[in-house]
Amino acid sequence: MDSATSDPRIPLGASADNGLKIVVVGGFGVGKTTMVRSVSEIRPLNTEETMTQAGAAVDDTSAVRGKSTTTVAFDFGRISLDAHNVLYLFGAPGQERFWFLWDRLFSGTLGAVVLVDTRRIDDSWYAIDRLEHHGTPFIVACNDFGGPRHSPDAVREALDLDPRVPLVDCDARSRESCKQVLIALVEHVRGHYAAQAAGSRQELV
Amino acid sequence: MSRPGRDDAPDRLYTLTQGRSRSGPDNPFDLVTLVVAECEPTPGMQSEHVAILRMTRAPAAVVEIAAELRLPVGITRVLLADLHAAGRVSARHPRLAAVPDPDILEQVLVGLRNL
Repeated sequence: MDSATSDPRIPLGASADNGLKIVVVGGFGVGKTTMVRSVSEIRPLNTEETMTQAGAAVDDTSAVRGKSTTTVAFDFGRISLDAHNVLYLFGAPGQERFWFLWDRLFSGTLGAVVLVDTRRIDDSWYAIDRLEHHGTPFIVACNDFGGPRHSPDAVREALDLDPRVPLVDCDARSRESCKQVLIALVEHVRGHYAAQAAGSRQELV
Repeated sequence: MSRPGRDDAPDRLYTLTQGRSRSGPDNPFDLVTLVVAECEPTPGMQSEHVAILRMTRAPAAVVEIAAELRLPVGITRVLLADLHAAGRVSARHPRLAAVPDPDILEQVLVGLRNL
């Protein structure tokens, strides 16, 4: 295993000036923190945000009636890409009750990786639905837990996945595997916006 | 009797920010805004401000500062806005637009492939 175990206080280079965000979303225990740790140059850090429920368009507040704020904890790691660009990877809880967090906290996200445990596919439906709703480009990565392999077609069907969304296998413990997942995401993001630009050009013709 | 200082009681957080609980929509600090100190801490400065100025001798993102201070991101943003207004830190905001610049995406891909 080739995971980073370095000191969290490794400073960034003095010329770093552009922070970028990618979010890894998935159900409890699916390997989000493992994935962040595998590619991060710092030991994953944890922080929290207190969010008011007011203005959260979709959140069902019936379960927390009378409560005006919720605290959500999340993990993150860091990858220095070059002298200027620094990529922050956030592990975000995928459960329904945390989704008001997305709207504000993770705005401006480059894209998302939906990490899936194929033994518990249902956990991912809500995350995928919300990402589609937000128009956030994403890919689906199936974390290999060593169980029986599911064919990509079976997983696609179970997730009711748009054929344009890439589906990849990965091992969240492997740095190389996680690196390939991030590359697949950014290639997809590039294609997504290129297609959008081509579409709007066509409309103008 | 509770120990003063390092507890997470809400009143402590309010004290840190002089009662302001939210950073407001005009607060420009994104989670990944990189903050850089523009001066050294001075005697009598609030301890959180001292910690931030030490931490940002090299650029550090808002989330990193929050995690290091063990404070919620919102409170950290308020502290950073104060330091910024006083000219003690500068902020390098993310350049990502609603539609990402293809050049930046290319730089990200190159960076990832080189890992």
